[in-house]
Amino acid sequence: MTLNWFKFASPPSFYPIAGRLIPVFWILTVILLLVGLYWGFFETVDRLGGNNPQKEYYRIIFIHVPSAWMSMWLYIVMVGWAAIGLVFNTRLSFMMANAIAPTGAIFTFLALWTGAFWGRPSWGTYWDWDPRLTSELVLFFMYIGYLALHSAIDDVRRADRASALLAIVGLIMVPVIFWSINCPDPNQCAALHQRSGLGRMDGNILFAMLTMTLAFWMYSFATTFMRLRGIILTREAESAWVRELLTDGDKA
Amino acid sequence: MTEFFSQGGYAFFVWGAYGMVALLLLAEILQLRAERRTILSRLGRLIRMRREDGR
Repeated sequence: MTLNWFKFASPPSFYPIAGRLIPVFWILTVILLLVGLYWGFFETVDRLGGNNPQKEYYRIIFIHVPSAWMSMWLYIVMVGWAAIGLVFNTRLSFMMANAIAPTGAIFTFLALWTGAFWGRPSWGTYWDWDPRLTSELVLFFMYIGYLALHSAIDDVRRADRASALLAIVGLIMVPVIFWSINCPDPNQCAALHQRSGLGRMDGNILFAMLTMTLAFWMYSFATTFMRLRGIILTREAESAWVRELLTDGDKA
Repeated sequence: MTEFFSQGGYAFFVWGAYGMVALLLLAEILQLRAERRTILSRLGRLIRMRREDGR
C-alpha cells in the first residue's frame, strides 16, 4: 500500500484531522498531568543528597526539566517545518512552524522562570550569566525574533521565508544549550548546571519527570493544532473550501 | 494539608514556579479560544456580506 503523504499535507485535508486530534491530545495532557503531579508531590522523598541536600524545592524539577526540553525540542521541530517549507514550498509547513513558535516561546520563558525559582534556594541567586542560563535566554530571544520578524513583514509568503531563514540560523543555539555544561576543567570554569545522568536518578523522580515531559508534549500538540487551525482559516479565507466549511455551519 | 502547602518552608519557590506554569498555560488556552471565536465570527460576517452583495 502506498500512502500519498502530500495529500495530508494540504490545509483542506489537515484542518479536519487536526480538529479531531485536539480533544485526544487534551485528554492525554490531563491524564499525564494528574499522574505526573501526584507522583512528583506524593511518591517522592522530601530531601535529596548528603551534606548539602536539595530540600522540597527540588520538586521544581518536574516542571523545569520538561519546560527546558520542550523549549529545545519545539525549536527543532519548528526549524524542521520551516526547512521543509523552504525546500518544497508547501503552505502547510510554514503554517506549522508559525503555530509552534508561541508555545515554544512560552516553554522557554517557563524554563527560565522555574530555573530562577529553583536557583534562588539552591544556588543563592535567581540569575547568573552561566553558559546554560545565558544560552537558554538567547533561545528565548530567537523565538521572539522569529515571531517579530514574521509579523513585521506584510506579505505572508515573504514573511514565511525570511523568518524560516532566521529560525534555521538560530538552530545553533540548541546544541550550544545542550553541551553548555561540558567543562574540561572544573577549576577553570564553574558551570552551575552539572552533567547529570538519567540512569543515576531515583526511579520515582525520574518517572514523575518523564510523565510531566509527556504531558507538556501532548499540551504542545493540542495548542499547536488549535493555533494551526486558526492560521489555516485566516490564510485560506478566500478559498472555496473555507467558505463552504463556514456556510455549512457546525463543521468549522 | 498545611504541610503539603508549606513544602518544608519553600512554599514561595515551589508555588512561585508552579504558579507561573499554570498561569501561562491557562492564559495560552484562553487566548487560543478567544482567537478562534474572533476568526470564526469575522469570516462568517465576510461570507454573509458577500452573499448580500450577490457574489
